[in-house]
This record gives sequence, C-alpha cells and structure tokens, in this order.
Amino acid sequence: MYPENVKYSEKHEWVRVEGKIATVGITSFAQEQLGAIVGVGLPEEGSKVEKHGALADLDSMKTADQVFAPVGGKIVKVNRALEQHPEFMNDDPYGDGWVAVIEMADPGELDGLMSAAEYEAFVAEEASKG
Amino acid sequence: MNYVPNTDRDRSEMLADIGVSSMEELLSDIPREVRLQRHLALPAPMSEYDLARHMGALASKNRTTDDLVSFLGAGAYDHFVPSVVRHLVSRSEFYTAYTPYQAEISQGMLQAIFEYQTLMCELTAMDVSNASLYDGATAVAEAAAMACRQTRRRQVVISVAVHPEYRATLRTYARNLGIEVLETGMKDGVTDIEELDRLVSSATACVILQSPSFLGSVEPMGKAAEVAHRSGALFVACVDPISLGILAPPGEYGADIAVGEGQGLGSPMSFGGPYLGFLTCRQDLVRNMPGRVAGETHDPDGRRGYILTLQAREQHIRRERATSNICSNEALSALAAAVYLSWLGKDGVRELADLCLQKAHYAFDRITALPGFEKASRAPFFKEFVVRTPIPPEEVSAGLLRSRILGGLPLGRHYPEFGDAMLIAVTEKRTKEEIDSLCRALEGLA
Amino acid sequence: MTMPLIFERSEAGRRAYSLPDCDVPRKDATELLPGWALRKRAADLPEVSEVDLVRHYTKLSQRNHGVDVGFYPLGSCTMKYNPKVNEDAAALPGFNALHPYQPEELVQGALELMYELGRYLCEIGGMDEATLQPAAGAHGELTGLMIIKAYHESRGDGAKRTKVIVPDSAHGTNPASAAFCGYKVVEVKSDGRGGVDLDSLRAAMSDEVAALMLTNPNTLGLFDENIVEIAKIVHGAGGLLYYDGANMNAIMGIARPGDMGFDVLHFNLHKTFSTPHGGGGPGSGPVAVKKTLAPFLPVPVVEKKDGKFVLDYARPQSIGKVKAFYGNFNVMVKAYAYIRALGAKGLREASENAVLNANYLMRKLAPYYHLPYDRHCKHEFVLSGEYQLASGVHTGDIAKMLLDYGFHAPTVYFPLIVKEAIMVEPTETESRDTLDAFVDAMIGIAQLAEKDPEALHTAPHKMVVGRLDDVTAARRPVLRWRPNKQTNAG
Repeated sequence: MYPENVKYSEKHEWVRVEGKIATVGITSFAQEQLGAIVGVGLPEEGSKVEKHGALADLDSMKTADQVFAPVGGKIVKVNRALEQHPEFMNDDPYGDGWVAVIEMADPGELDGLMSAAEYEAFVAEEASKG
Repeated sequence: MNYVPNTDRDRSEMLADIGVSSMEELLSDIPREVRLQRHLALPAPMSEYDLARHMGALASKNRTTDDLVSFLGAGAYDHFVPSVVRHLVSRSEFYTAYTPYQAEISQGMLQAIFEYQTLMCELTAMDVSNASLYDGATAVAEAAAMACRQTRRRQVVISVAVHPEYRATLRTYARNLGIEVLETGMKDGVTDIEELDRLVSSATACVILQSPSFLGSVEPMGKAAEVAHRSGALFVACVDPISLGILAPPGEYGADIAVGEGQGLGSPMSFGGPYLGFLTCRQDLVRNMPGRVAGETHDPDGRRGYILTLQAREQHIRRERATSNICSNEALSALAAAVYLSWLGKDGVRELADLCLQKAHYAFDRITALPGFEKASRAPFFKEFVVRTPIPPEEVSAGLLRSRILGGLPLGRHYPEFGDAMLIAVTEKRTKEEIDSLCRALEGLA
Repeated sequence: MTMPLIFERSEAGRRAYSLPDCDVPRKDATELLPGWALRKRAADLPEVSEVDLVRHYTKLSQRNHGVDVGFYPLGSCTMKYNPKVNEDAAALPGFNALHPYQPEELVQGALELMYELGRYLCEIGGMDEATLQPAAGAHGELTGLMIIKAYHESRGDGAKRTKVIVPDSAHGTNPASAAFCGYKVVEVKSDGRGGVDLDSLRAAMSDEVAALMLTNPNTLGLFDENIVEIAKIVHGAGGLLYYDGANMNAIMGIARPGDMGFDVLHFNLHKTFSTPHGGGGPGSGPVAVKKTLAPFLPVPVVEKKDGKFVLDYARPQSIGKVKAFYGNFNVMVKAYAYIRALGAKGLREASENAVLNANYLMRKLAPYYHLPYDRHCKHEFVLSGEYQLASGVHTGDIAKMLLDYGFHAPTVYFPLIVKEAIMVEPTETESRDTLDAFVDAMIGIAQLAEKDPEALHTAPHKMVVGRLDDVTAARRPVLRWRPNKQTNAG
C-alpha cells in the first residue's frame, strides 16, 4: 500500500532520490492522521536544513504539526502550489502534495530510512501502541 | 442573594439521585488540610436595592467627564457615543454569549465580527483584520511579536513619540520574549527619520511609529516605511481610527501591519477599559497574525455563513507554538465599533474627522495667541497638540478644575523635556463656547 | 434566505449619523494639513439609515445564542447568569464617564472599588496582593508568569530556570502563555484518577523549572487530591506554583489556592464572578500573589494612604505594564457588585450548587455516555463519545445536534487526553428543570446515534444555517466582504 520507489522516515515523511536530489513529502498515513490540511508554511528556497530539522509547518483542522527533513542539505525548491492548495497533501501526498526538494549534503543520511515494507510494519506497530 | 434556583427540596432530591447523603460527601476529595475552616471575610450580602444604592454612592464619589468640560486625551478620547451603539450592544443575545465556537448557533456575533473586520480593513486600507485584541498597547506588542516571527529577527525599533504606556507594555512583552527594543528620538516634534535610519539594520524585524503621535503630531509615516523596507523590516503603523476619516491610512503609505486603540469607535472611556485593540495587515502575513478571525463559508445548501477560521494559529490548537496566547478578546467593543462605523458611514467618518481637525486648530490658534502659552512645535496635528504653559502645567490643571474644566495632560512624567507643557485634546464634542471659556480660564491663570 | 451584510444594505446618500455643527471658523483641510498627510481614497463605509442599522443588528442578535436565551453548558467557561443590576451599575456615568488620566482626587470612588475588589479577590484566593490590570485569563497567565520570571531573576536564578511544567490536561492558553513568556514547556502526564502523575512530575522537576501551572479542580473537573504533595515537590526544587483560576467556581469559600500552596493565581472575572463574556470578550484576569511576589506586580497598584486611594508607580522591581491604564475597569465594577451582592455565604452557596448541578448531570448521563473518570466531579465533568463512535457518530455531531434542542453545546474535543471529549459545566444558576431537559436531549441523541446516525452527521437542522464548511473556510480564507466579489483572496 506504500509506494516502493521512495524511502520512509519514522516521522512519516517520504523521500524520492535522484542522484543528490531528494524530493520530500508526507505519507498517506501521516495525512490521514492529520485530517484535512488547511495551511502550509514553507521554508525559503536556498535556505539550509539539517536532518530532523523543521522543514515546513502544517495546519490541519484539528492540530498543527511540522514536516521534518529526513535528510539535510540545501532547499532548492518548495512546492508553492500548496499555499493555495493545501488539499494536495491530502489528495495526492506522493504526487502534487510534495513539499520540498533538498540537495543532499550527505547522501549517507539516507541509510537509516525505511523501505515500503519496513514502513508498513512500522506503522502497524505504531498503531498497535495506540 | 446568589441567583441559585435550586430549592432545599431540589437539593436533597438531587443528592439522593446522585447517591450521596450530603453536599459534604461531594467535597470529600478535597483534603482536610486545604479546606477553609471559616467563612470568607467579606462584607455582608446585600439586597438588589441596597446594592444599587451602594454602587450609586460609590459612583458619585467620582467626578465625571459629563460634569466637567474635558480637554484630556492622551490615548482615551471623549468622543460622542450615539444611542444606537449602547442599545445594540446591550442586546443580551450578544453580551451574554461566549466566543462563537459553535458557529451555527452564533451567526449573529460571527457576522458582526466579519463586518467589523471589513470595516477596519476599509478604514486602514489593509487586506485583513483580526477579530480584536485587548487594547492599543497590547496590539503594539503583538504586532512586534508578529513581525519577529515573520522576519525571524529579534529586534524592533520604536519611536519615543509612541504612547508611553504602549512602549512600556512593549518593553514588558519584549523582555520576556527575548526581543530587543530600540527607541528612536524626535526632532521638531516628530520622529527623527535620520536617527531612525541609523538605527534600523538587517537585524530589525519592524519599525513602529504612531500617527498622530502621542504628542498629537502627524508623523512622516511614508518616510519611516521606506526606511524599514530598505532593511527588509516590516513597518507597523499605530493609528487613531477616527483620524482616518481625513488622514492617509496605513495602506496608502506602505504599512505592513496597522494597529491601534479603537476606544473612540463607540466605547466609553470607563476609566481605561475595556477598550479595543485592532490589528490589520497585508494578506500574506495572515498566518502569522495573532488572535481570532472570522471567515465566510457556506452550508451544504449553499447558504452563506460565518465561522471562526485559521484556528491552527491559536493557542487551543497550536498550544506552545501559537502565534499568541490570546483567547478572550474584546468582541463586544468590536461590535460597538461595527455599529458605530456603520452609523457614521462614508460621509460621517470624514465629517467627524474634519470636525475634530477644525475645533482642535481653532483651540490651538486661540491658546497659542495667549501671552505665555506657546506652541511646542510646528508639526502638523489632528485633534491633539502640545502647548508650553507659563506656570507649571500641574498648576494649570488645578486652576482649570476650579472652572470645571478638565485640562490637558501635563507631560513631565512621560517626557522630562516637556516638563513645562500640556497635551490638549479637542474632540467634536467641544463647542466654540467651551474652547473660548478654556482660553478665558487659561488667561486668568497666566 | 441569506442574511445581508450591513454593506449590502448600503444605499448612497442614506445616513444614520448626526454630528454637532462646526461652530468654529472652518478652514479647508489642505490649509491645516500637508497634502501628503491626507487620505486619497475614502473608506467605503456603508450608508444606512438609523432604522436600517437598528434592525440589522437586532436581527443579528436574534441569530445568536446567549445565557439569556438558554442553557450554555460550555465546559471551563462558567456560563452562569449575568445579573442585570451589575450591568446597570457599570453603566452609571460615575463609572463610565471617567478618563483614566483624571487626577486621583476626582476618581476616589473608582480607586476605592478597585482597591476593595483586589482585597476581596485576595481573601477568596488566599493570597496577599493583587493586580487588576490583565484584560483576560490568558493575559493574567502571561502576567503571572512574568512575575514568576522576575522573582527568579531577582534571586539570580533566572538564567537557569527556563522551563514551565504543564499537565497534559491543561488549557491551551497555559503552554501558549508560557511560550509567550519565553519559557520552554514541559508536559507531564495525568494519572489514572485524572490528577497529575506524581512520578512524572518528580522526573520533570529540577532546578531548571521555574513553575508548574495547574488548575484545581482540573480540566476534567476533578480535584487533585495530591495537591499538598505536588506543592511540596515543586517548592522543594525551588519552583513556584501557578494556579489557573478558570475553575475557581468550584471552590469559593470551600478551599483556597493560597492554602493549597499556590504562589500566583489569576481569576477570570468573566467566569467565576458573573461578568458577561460579551460574545468573546471583554474579560478581566486579575492576578493575586503571595507577599514575596508582590514587589513584581505590574504598575500601578492601587494603594490606600492616609485614607486616600492612590495609584502607586514607585515599585522598582515591577515587571512594568502589561496593558495601557489599569485594566478592564467596567468589568471590575460588575464583579465587585456581584461579590457585594452575594457575600461570603452566597459565594459558597454558588460553588456548592455548581458542584451539585454538575454531579447530578454526570450521574444522569453516565448510563448513556462513557464516563472515563468515575468519581465525584466538582463544577464540571468530562464524558467521552466513545460509545457513539461505534455507530460512526462523533462528538462533533452530538454537539451540533444539541443546538437543535435549543442548547448550546458543551466544550468538545477538550481536554485532549480524553478521546471524543464532551466537557459539561452547568453552573449553579441553572434549575433542575433545565438540567433534566438537557438530560432528555442527550439521551435522545444517544438513542438517535444508534438508530439514525446520518441524522447526526447532518445536524444541525433547525438553525439559521446548516452545518458550515469549516475546511473550505480555512483553505480558502475569505476574511472580509468585497463588493462584486471576483476573487477569493482576502
């Protein structure tokens, strides 16, 4: 149920890697937990972010959360469309709902990330813990 | 008196239904050692009649601005409040309601707030307004915090010509938030733009000026905005909403955030509160805006309705990461402002501002023609101005009281350099005759 | 039928206003002000007649629910009846037509009222000195925390004590106020009985903690029996105890925060002391403190010197000002009148009946709704909509359905530690008949949840509008009216 072509973090972000370029978004599980996402605060293009650092602010109807960077580096592009259409993150989390593109400083940081199968097991375990 | 409908019989039957034998049993989880073992030491209860008499007696120990002819302003103004305002805000469906969290049963207040927001946007020529803040002073502090969040900078520059109590409140907030506050001085009765230019840097989150300033002067807001923007800082304009009938509004000179005290819009002076803090801003700043905001939406049948929105900014959702801790605001004062501004309308707001302008300038010309009374600057002003007095201004005040005139504010406490000066406010309520009698009284004192 | 906005009633040339004549020689504005200072485009305010204006806002008022209209069991908000005599007192020109900068000798009645109100609040809270300056509860929290910070700084302990502890059941304003005061927020868990988990508290406590913020009874409506031990733990590590007074209505004359070990407390005059909420404000959030903290109160403090009431600014250790002037005076007048009307006996009876009414409702509703903490409550209690969730009905649906019965909904989805929370606070000013009618409505809804959940999903059905789309409102905010709307922006 989770796309195979991306890697997953424990904070429910996905990363799609092409060379040193990583595209980041939140998983379908994350968007379901958040409910209707109504606002997105994006970082500035060209700024730097560290692994686990706050990448974007998310407002949903029931909570306010953050997207954390699964890898560190320079933010080369952000998805400005989300400012007008935050619903993309609910409707198409792996497509139009992408958040930012990061030029990785250290591709080695990808090592700890999970595969689709591992993430599915991780989510199942989280859910069982309540 | 306790306004409790339960009778003794109700109480005993209810206790039985609960399954306890006494009230005491319901309180049994409060540890003995923290129980109050005596009655509270408070005055004896009163009947409604006795209370009304007591309150009347207490009120009569004050001398009101109805008994006196008031030329006192300095942030609280004796503007006329039409009867419609008092009557409509006294509708108890409004004033006995809580914050309209359940939108469908609170459409009246929500629509009124939406109208208030629109009116304030029009008046200030800004894009969005929140639903109100506590007062002008806290609105300045909130605007500073908002600018720091927006720019991710930690320093604000404020003019000394901003109301001293607003600056004091800003300092209190800023100190605790770790925001540095720099003050810039005055030259020729207005903020010194050259000094401002020297102080503002790439570390500055915002520049805050008030126009008309505390001393009444119309400030060079456009120039200050340019200075702020050159360094990537926001420009916060603190304004008197009544003045905007005639003075350029913040949106016309490039302000990013407009704030101010809305007491003049239909609220009585009430010894300092409750008043109305307003905050309007540019569209793109809205997600960093503090406080509640009402928005338009629709129901499944397409009927238009209003709802509190963008709540993810607020404390009950975002908790420690909220844009502000504010919860209760000044909704009823905002309602008063909506009624008042709708009463005035497009022409009324201009006429009212013009009346204040005319009467204040007449008073200024008359007073400064008196021997010994001198103008403090040549800066343009709206409804309030500073005059230097030939005898200490405190003595002038005391003297005027003998003629049942409440004089202007002696400025020494706030501005030592104006220790010999008085801040005089003239609203539309003052007649030519009253202004002339002020002049006669001043002449007699000099 | 769509209710027009005041702007949509506007007709060029209509007017409601009348202003005094310009009886001074009139000059053109351009003679009095430089061109750059003048407004270019007039503010487009509506043009309506006085009768239009009155009918418009009267109609709006009829589309609004208040305590005077019906039951308003909004948990943590203490929506008690607002006595009318207090409104009359506050409207007296002797209170209303006072300028805050009038010389002290002209406002002795106002200052006396403030002085006495401060003393009454100290007596009710078990504290020593008070400020009436904060404009609302959250403003009181911020003020109280600033006082705590100033206290620690005065002892050279300020740099180290950077944290404030709040329980996971706390009002959202608690962590928000702590953050707005520059503190890091540390959350502690609740225990199985709804109180502060003592082990979590001990683990969180250190010399980096400035204060613990607590309300007691807490947001579950439960009195924390361990309060003395909690105070010991916090004080033992050099921290202070902050009391969130939102729930004071449970304990007036019964127990006092000061006697429980709290050092600072704020009151919500608009909750406990019957001043109306005004549709969201004004409130008033006085802060009372123990003697050691008194030097840090905001200036000015009302003092009595030689039989005269004065505003004391000479407090060098004060945190400064938290708002202009002296606070929401008009609200203070109403709270003062309320305390004088009730006296010690009346206040205690108010609290007892608030507790009685809450327990009565709780017991009547417990067979139909999950009661997560089954023990005597104080002035409010928290149910969970868990049973109803089985049929796909959410607490939000229950809340909307209640509106059709003519009741305001309880507070929902708060506190956060209870799933599908329904927080009910009846207050003492409701009769048993009203409570019984509410019980019947809630039972009816519980039954409907099983039989016809769809009816609940689409509720309310009898309001002036149906359920409003809150998601679109947040995603495409329309925050002001514009003529000939062509864009959603702004």
